[in-house]
Amino acid sequence: MVFNLKIIFPEIFLTLSIFTILMVGVFVKKSFNLIFNLSSLIIILTIGIILSRPNFEEKIFLDSFVRDAFSNYFKILILVASLFVLNSSKNFIVDNKLDKFEYPIIILLSILGMFFMVSANDLILFYLGLELQSLSLYILASIDRDNLRSTESGIKYFVLSALSSGLLLYGCSLLYGFTGSTNFDLIANQLNKDNTGAVFAMVFILVGLAFKVSAVPFHMWTPDVYEGAPTSITSYFAVVPKVAGLALLIKFMFVPFANIMLEWQTIIIFISIASMILGAVAAMVQKNIKRLLAYSSIGHIGYALAGVATGVISGYESSIIYISIYVIMNIGAFSCLYMLKKDGQYKENISDLSGISKKHPLLAISFLIILFSLAGVPPLGGFFAKFYVFVAVLEQKMYALAIIGLLTTVMSAFYYLKIIKTIYFDDNFISYEPAKNKIAQVSIFLSCGILITFFLYPSILNIVVNSLFIN
Amino acid sequence: MNFPILSTLIFLPLLSSFFIFLTKDKSNNYSSIYISLFSSIATFLLSLFLWYSLDSSTSEFQFVEEQKWISNFIKFKLGIDGISILFIVLTTFITPICIVSCVNSVKTRVKEFLIAILILETFMIGVFCSLDLVIFYLFFEAGLIPMFLIIGVWGGQRRVYSAFKFFLFTLLGSVLMLVAIIFIYWLTGTTDITEIYKIKIPREYQNILWLAFLSSFAVKMPMWPVHTWLPDAHVEAPTAGSVILAAILLKMAGYGFLRFSIPMFPIASEFFTPLIYTLSIIAIIYTSLVALMQDDMKKLIAYSSVAHMGYVTLGIFTFTKQGIEGSIYQMISHGLISAALFLCVGVLYDRLHSRMINTYGGLVNYLPKYSFLFLIFALAALGLPGTSGFLGEFLILTGTFQKSYLAAMLATFGVVLGAAYMLWLTKRIIFGVTKNSEIKNLKDINKSETIILITLAFFIIFFGFYPVPLMETFDVSVNTLIYNYELELNGK
Repeated sequence: MVFNLKIIFPEIFLTLSIFTILMVGVFVKKSFNLIFNLSSLIIILTIGIILSRPNFEEKIFLDSFVRDAFSNYFKILILVASLFVLNSSKNFIVDNKLDKFEYPIIILLSILGMFFMVSANDLILFYLGLELQSLSLYILASIDRDNLRSTESGIKYFVLSALSSGLLLYGCSLLYGFTGSTNFDLIANQLNKDNTGAVFAMVFILVGLAFKVSAVPFHMWTPDVYEGAPTSITSYFAVVPKVAGLALLIKFMFVPFANIMLEWQTIIIFISIASMILGAVAAMVQKNIKRLLAYSSIGHIGYALAGVATGVISGYESSIIYISIYVIMNIGAFSCLYMLKKDGQYKENISDLSGISKKHPLLAISFLIILFSLAGVPPLGGFFAKFYVFVAVLEQKMYALAIIGLLTTVMSAFYYLKIIKTIYFDDNFISYEPAKNKIAQVSIFLSCGILITFFLYPSILNIVVNSLFIN
Repeated sequence: MNFPILSTLIFLPLLSSFFIFLTKDKSNNYSSIYISLFSSIATFLLSLFLWYSLDSSTSEFQFVEEQKWISNFIKFKLGIDGISILFIVLTTFITPICIVSCVNSVKTRVKEFLIAILILETFMIGVFCSLDLVIFYLFFEAGLIPMFLIIGVWGGQRRVYSAFKFFLFTLLGSVLMLVAIIFIYWLTGTTDITEIYKIKIPREYQNILWLAFLSSFAVKMPMWPVHTWLPDAHVEAPTAGSVILAAILLKMAGYGFLRFSIPMFPIASEFFTPLIYTLSIIAIIYTSLVALMQDDMKKLIAYSSVAHMGYVTLGIFTFTKQGIEGSIYQMISHGLISAALFLCVGVLYDRLHSRMINTYGGLVNYLPKYSFLFLIFALAALGLPGTSGFLGEFLILTGTFQKSYLAAMLATFGVVLGAAYMLWLTKRIIFGVTKNSEIKNLKDINKSETIILITLAFFIIFFGFYPVPLMETFDVSVNTLIYNYELELNGK
């Protein structure tokens, strides 16, 4: 049997590159800068490779790995997001003495894991990808190993995530037992709602996936890990694994579980509503920006899941658009945090933002735009993200979901306004060191630029996303 | 394709705000003031040109622009008719006045303030131009951002509370409208209102959709009992912010009733008329009584705004020619009068930093020019014949008498109360004994204040005697509105 290995060329390239730079890192002393730049180069090259390859559907390894427009879109999104997250946090990494050469390599490894997650068409491959990703993330969470908070968050994340992986694996084995196959397409054919065992399996798998995207009630780890991990890692956690997790969730709902939609729909609706409400309520009392962004990300995942809950392609599309805009907003928001440096320390309390509008007007206005966008106020990008989701939700006549979603939007607007209030209305002026972090500035600028100008051509994402589900 | 004149009108202030953003003057901010003044006057002239070239003998939408926007379904569609042009001109007229007034009253972050005002102007013009529900919602909500900042950054003592209340109240009202808009989209397949007028929304959905729109408009209007954000916002906002809030932002809701609620849901509008009457009458009587008891001038005028808006809703829902035309007239005239009154309060506040009525008294002896103008505005606000305030209220009451004697009588009682609180305010501020020794040292209004107040006074009296230019403009559009409404009601 001859495999057409060209299909997994990006993965092969990524794997070989990781091993190569690992060797470089071992043999060259003080190699953080070199490795860091090489990693960025590898990410850019991988983007180039994916873009240069065709993206029609092809399967390989007994149909367990699929390359199609869907997986390619998510791979590009993951790579671009990682590129910005990684580069804008470089100064932070160096300042906090996290500049070990393993840092970018582990990020690349987690990207590799996500590649297999989004491309998987088989339970085993999917689980391997997920574990590769998760293991990398455990290390990343505790990368600041001399810091008590960082190690604590790493351990917390590891323990809880291992539990959820266990549930996931149990679900996978049940699914295999009741359908006789590990292949998504074959499972889809075997599944129907009378297959109670498989429905059980679906619940276990959903729990595992909900944990990975930090949806309520499996969100407990998120605030602690976000707060404890170094900011550069937090920004990575907030953006990239979410994208991969959501991709996987959509994939599961779209392919293997397509026939038991009514069964999983109720669960997703519940998770979605619970996430939206908890994200809105719990964030109100937070004092730490990272913790606040953790709750805000829980809320945002709730909105993205509302799109998934519709169970139709237009809903999946809307939630893909949502997560894409979410990525843009969060890269901008975290890049703003890299600007708050004073006396060699990075500030992360909301009160530290007090009055920055006076001393750093550009940073303040950028943060303002990003926060209003996160709150979903038109005409910024975040509004359109929510708009598409609610269009899809209302198309399915899920009125309660839409109305609860929009009411939580108002509630969540409150805490975003609270940050804006600190930035603009408070009189206690704090000034920070002039920014030297050019790439973070570029990230903020791009993020704000996209969010502001999004209304000029709001269907730009639709055109791309509409082609993902054609085959 | 013609020249996109409406888009130019909308985005001209935005563009100039971008230029102001780029200017780099450190201390005096002259270049940003001149740019904003120049651009806002240019916008005003452009809108006058639009008014002049608008064909008021037809109710068709004119200067229509269409652009593909969201995935071929939702179009970026703009257009104006006889009703919307007046609100656009009001907006572009008030904005330069605000910019002139802020030279005196805003001391900090002048550049940012001007940017916020101009961006707000863009959104406000956008609201009155949009012929698509989604575009309308977009502009309607977007105005919250600059207004939130205007109240919060440049406001008074309790500005944070007021800004939050303003933002969250309005947002909460509007999200239900968003649900309704998306629902209409799935019901009719379009959000283009000219299409929706033709398609006609099925009877069974009208009530619920109408209520969803009401939730937004009632907050914005504001109608009793959701008016409580308005006094807070007005009191804490800087003068220019109060002026824009009273003169234009409140009119968006009245305009929304005329443009969306009535033509799209005629049956529901008819059905809920008693509700609107009740709320309007309560607003008129209750808030007038509350206004009587205020110690704070801005709060008093804010409550009087609520009462005046009560007349507007009352007039709109009479569905008579007099009622609706009176409401539109009342909105335009209230735009001028409330702007003038808030500017007058601003003039005093800039000098003594107090809005309390008991700080003042006997101003007529020391500030004669100011007192004279204030008296004109106060009399206009209570609806003295010969001012624009009279015509609006008179027409509304005439319209209401045709539908409901009770409502009309109660509303007329409100006119008396209106006279009471305005006259009492005038008595306490302008006349009476000078208790405060600081007043003796006050300077009368300076040149720029004189210019803006006299301009406003001129138009208030001019439109009081000669309403024809306004009436002619919206006459045909109102006729069509009522004709279509009655056709719809009797047809089913």
